[in-house]
Formats: sequence, structure tokens, C-alpha cells
Amino acid sequence: MTLATAVIYSDDSLWPRVLAVLSMRENKRHGSETLERYLDSTLESADSAEELALSAAERAGFGDEDLMKIGMAVRESMVNAVVHGNRYSEHKKVRFSVAHNTERFTVRIADEGEGFDFENLPDPLAPENLLRTSGRGIFLIRSFMDEFQIRHSETGGTEVTLIKYMVSK
Amino acid sequence: MSVKLNTRQVGDVSVVDVAGRITLGEGSSALRDTLRGMVGKGQKKILLNLGEVSYIDSSGIGELVSGFTTVTNSGGELKLLNLNKRVKDLLQITKLYTVFDVHEDEAGAIRSFT
Repeated sequence: MTLATAVIYSDDSLWPRVLAVLSMRENKRHGSETLERYLDSTLESADSAEELALSAAERAGFGDEDLMKIGMAVRESMVNAVVHGNRYSEHKKVRFSVAHNTERFTVRIADEGEGFDFENLPDPLAPENLLRTSGRGIFLIRSFMDEFQIRHSETGGTEVTLIKYMVSK
Repeated sequence: MSVKLNTRQVGDVSVVDVAGRITLGEGSSALRDTLRGMVGKGQKKILLNLGEVSYIDSSGIGELVSGFTTVTNSGGELKLLNLNKRVKDLLQITKLYTVFDVHEDEAGAIRSFT
């Protein structure tokens, strides 16, 4: 097993600001991997998170169909964290992690926002909601992943956990 | 590439060829601006060719719905052409496939406008 930790600093500030903390553990013998990053509250972070998740999912051996589902679920979750959770605040980060072992591929995304009432989300498939222009993100995440968990995190924001089984049921 | 929109006129139908990604941000706002601009100019028959769309997220789906509603409310028609599997699957999952008038053949789509 190897353990590597990298701290990336911005080069445009007198006092280096931590942009991302990357912790990576790899255990190739057991086919497992863990990666964690703290991302800025920007839409570019959604691109970064999707790319990181897709790279890990490819290494884990998922095919094109599952890669599409994982990528989109991660993007939707990141957009929720950046836009609705942290509201693009430059003072708030999104904690993003990917881990997989021989049984499951797990992505966790946590924001530092105010939290929201996820127990009472409107059903986007209800006839009266079909023509709404928003409100489909979490529905799509649930559709694309094998498990989806959402909870209020210890820091007050919202944390979602996305799980795809290595061998889909 | 985010999204590229090209508008052409076929008879009295405005065809918008969309290529690239329709995602939150530049992609979805470009589509919104284009459709609203067309409605503002009084164009009533709009065909969205999505054949070259590589990626669409929930925000992009929302823009399709918004465009459909805007055009319909102005007394016009908005139809979709050339959905790839990804877009088609998304519209089916979200039960929007039957809301839109979807075509696979441009000539047939053009003729279908009233």
C-alpha cells in the first residue's frame, strides 16, 4: 500500500491559499483506491469532480453505460453543492471523495451550506411538475446510482453518498 | 467546447442545430438566449436539432422545457429532431419524451408543422 498526500497552493496570493488537498491511497493488490479533494465553489469544480470520478470509475472497470451514469450523478451532485449549498461562495469548499473496492464504488460530496429540506422534494414525474424547469437533479442521481444517501453533515451543510455496485444487480 | 448553436431557415421553419454540451452555465444560457431571441422576433415554428449534442444535464433538460413553454405560450411550436440515445434516455426517464414532439427525419419534421 502506498500513501501520498499533496497540498496544492495558489501562485497568485502572498499567503498561499490551499486550493486542494489530495489524499490518495492505493492498494493495487486489492483493487481499491481512495481519493479526497476540497474543491472551490465554482461550476469548474463540477467538471473537475466529474473527470476525477470518471477516471477512477474507468480504472475500477466500469463500462460506457455505467460511466455515463456515474459522471452525470456526480455532476448533478456537485452542481447542487456549489449552487444550492455553498451558493458559489469563495469562502466555502466542497469536500469530494471517491473510493472503490472490489464490491462498490462510492462518491461522497459535502457542502458547507445551510442545508435544505430534502425530505419534501417535489416529485418531478408528477403531472403537475412535468413542465417545471428545475427539480430533476436528485431524481436523476437516484435513477443512475444503485444507492443514494443524503444527510445533514456535521459541519451544517449537506452530504450525499453515491454508490454503484461493482457488479450491478 | 461548451455549446454551438447555428440557426437556419427551411421554408417558414427555423431550424436550430445544437452541438456540444447543454449544461448549467454557458451551454444552457446560450440555448435560452437563442430561443427567447427567436420568439422575440416572432418566429413561431422552431425545430431543435439535437443530433450533435454530446451531453445534457438536468439544467439543460430544464432549458428544453423552458423553451417549449415559452414557444407554446407565444402561440408557436417547438419540436425536437435527431435525439441521440443519451438525450432520448434522459427524456424518457423524466417522462418528457411524450411531452415533446420528437422526430428522426428533418423533412418529416418540417412537414409536421401546422
